Amino acid sequence: MLTNKKLKTLLVVIPALTIMACASGPSEEELAAERAKQESERVAAEQAAQEAAQAEALAQAEAAEAEALRVAKDLMQQEKTELESQQTVYFDFDRSTIKPEFEAILKKHAAFLVKNGNLSVRIEGHTDSRGTPEYNIALGERRGQAVETFLRNEGVSSSQIAVVSFGEEKPAVSGTSEYAFAQNRRGVVVYE
Amino acid sequence: MKKRAYLITFIVGIFAFISTKTHAELEIVITEGVNNARPIAVVPFKWTGSSVLPEDITQVITNNLLRSGKFNPISLSDMPQFPTTETEINYRAWADIGIDTVITGSIEPVEGGQYRVQFQLIDVLRAQMTGGENSVLVDGRLIATKDHVLEDRAKNIRGEDFRQYAHIISDIVYEKLTGERGAFLTRIAYVVVKDRVSDRLPYQLVIADYDGANETRLLSSPEPLMSPSWSPDGNKLAYVSFENKRPQIFIQNIYTTERTLITSFDGINGSPVFSPDGEKLAMVLSKDGNPEIYVMDLATRQLERITRNRAIDTEPAWAPDGKTLTFTSERGGKAQIYKVDLKTKRARRLTFEGDRNLGAEITPDNANLVVVNQTQGNYHIARQQLSTGNMLVLTKTFLDESPSIAPNGSMIIYSTLHEGKQVLSLVSLDGRFKALLPATDGEVKSPSWSPFLL
Repeated sequence: MLTNKKLKTLLVVIPALTIMACASGPSEEELAAERAKQESERVAAEQAAQEAAQAEALAQAEAAEAEALRVAKDLMQQEKTELESQQTVYFDFDRSTIKPEFEAILKKHAAFLVKNGNLSVRIEGHTDSRGTPEYNIALGERRGQAVETFLRNEGVSSSQIAVVSFGEEKPAVSGTSEYAFAQNRRGVVVYE
Repeated sequence: MKKRAYLITFIVGIFAFISTKTHAELEIVITEGVNNARPIAVVPFKWTGSSVLPEDITQVITNNLLRSGKFNPISLSDMPQFPTTETEINYRAWADIGIDTVITGSIEPVEGGQYRVQFQLIDVLRAQMTGGENSVLVDGRLIATKDHVLEDRAKNIRGEDFRQYAHIISDIVYEKLTGERGAFLTRIAYVVVKDRVSDRLPYQLVIADYDGANETRLLSSPEPLMSPSWSPDGNKLAYVSFENKRPQIFIQNIYTTERTLITSFDGINGSPVFSPDGEKLAMVLSKDGNPEIYVMDLATRQLERITRNRAIDTEPAWAPDGKTLTFTSERGGKAQIYKVDLKTKRARRLTFEGDRNLGAEITPDNANLVVVNQTQGNYHIARQQLSTGNMLVLTKTFLDESPSIAPNGSMIIYSTLHEGKQVLSLVSLDGRFKALLPATDGEVKSPSWSPFLL
């Protein structure tokens, strides 16, 4: 932008000088002026080319930077998407302790949240349909809190985590088979 | 206001939409306990007009008496005659088939499109003894009495009040014959969960007459609704809504649909229950780390913390005098029922039978505790006598929860699993009468029985 302006200024100044020199026949001065004119035109052209190159380089750098950012963001998004496909941990009947097989998943979530301090998650606690709805709200909260404690112990800031218990109100699988019960006793990490 | 309860259409809350009277979704199917009930005859009320009546009063009374678990109304085909008043009754004929109580009645058209409904409640055995014309000595003279006629009333009603008047007649009959107030003019609130995939607003808060008639939707939401509970004047419901992606306690006037947000703390906002005087709301909050029982003064919004324990404390229920609460606690390891004095905050364990006991309510006479008892993995409704501590399991259904007691203490409505679906179910306090209320669409849960409405 700036370079363009400079270029325009030069193009206006040069013809003005030429008009003033044309008052009498060609002389040494005139020839000198002509050479000077050619010289200054050459310099101007060179300068313009140089500045254009600079602009080009700047634009390229900016694009590269944006590209890098995009790639990083893509990576983050990809990582997030991947984590979101492993967002659920399951619990034993009436228990709220994190089972060893889910520690690796939760550690991945924790590392990701530590790296991306601007992101936050809601942990949903759920239960199977046995027991009363109110008791299950309490049990679901305990499960959510177990996940929260695990993430915090891995360094995630408490301001990044909220816990909501849905008790038995939102089963993942309906029915009363052991399979359904097991699928419903869960904690879910949801990115906000 | 209350009298017109059936007629009012509820208007929009945030997620609610206007709902008209829907088709009766619940139907009562009696599964056990009619055979031992007292036989009675409800003779079809004679209609002297020519138009079609708005409602079959006799049928509503018959169903009420049957569903109380205390009476077994005989069928029309078993009736020896169809008298309209006591003077037409052949007492012998009724006594011969073992009927000692007969209800007769008639309906006449009157001015202004109203109806005159007259009914009599007749003690057949007494009439047989006196020949229908007893005489008593009054001031030294013999006076003829009709003491076999237990009730004789007449009232002019409007067409739209037929159902309600049938409930009133049922209440009168029930109280006269059992000595206990009838609860036919009551309602139930419950949560319906429609298909969560296809329905945009699957969670619905619904109110209906105690028998499932006049079903009206108060609120529909994309997120769960829980724990409806009636104010003692029958005008308001407290409930929990997740409509803002987290639990919040609301109180809603069911007639104006005006709604007030009561709590929105971090963590659990649950189990709201009005105190017997309607001035306080007991609830569960986990804002201080884990679920504790609180009581809120509704006028000042002041909260008082009642329990202080690292274990789960939940499911508060008021004693009829409003001075103590029962609640579920895991302080002893597994969930059991405790009672806490609101002044001293001292808690005492009440239940010891079975693996766990949850979700207690106290009967209106303060004599029994109704709980969800878990024994060997089975969840059943049970009743524990407070004076002796004796517990009696009342139900045989699967995954029973959320018991709520009728205001006269005769019946418990609860949620259970039937053919893979959550449905409402009834059991009498003595456990003899059992009924299912299957729904045509969706799962039905969290029933709450209203107080007396008249």
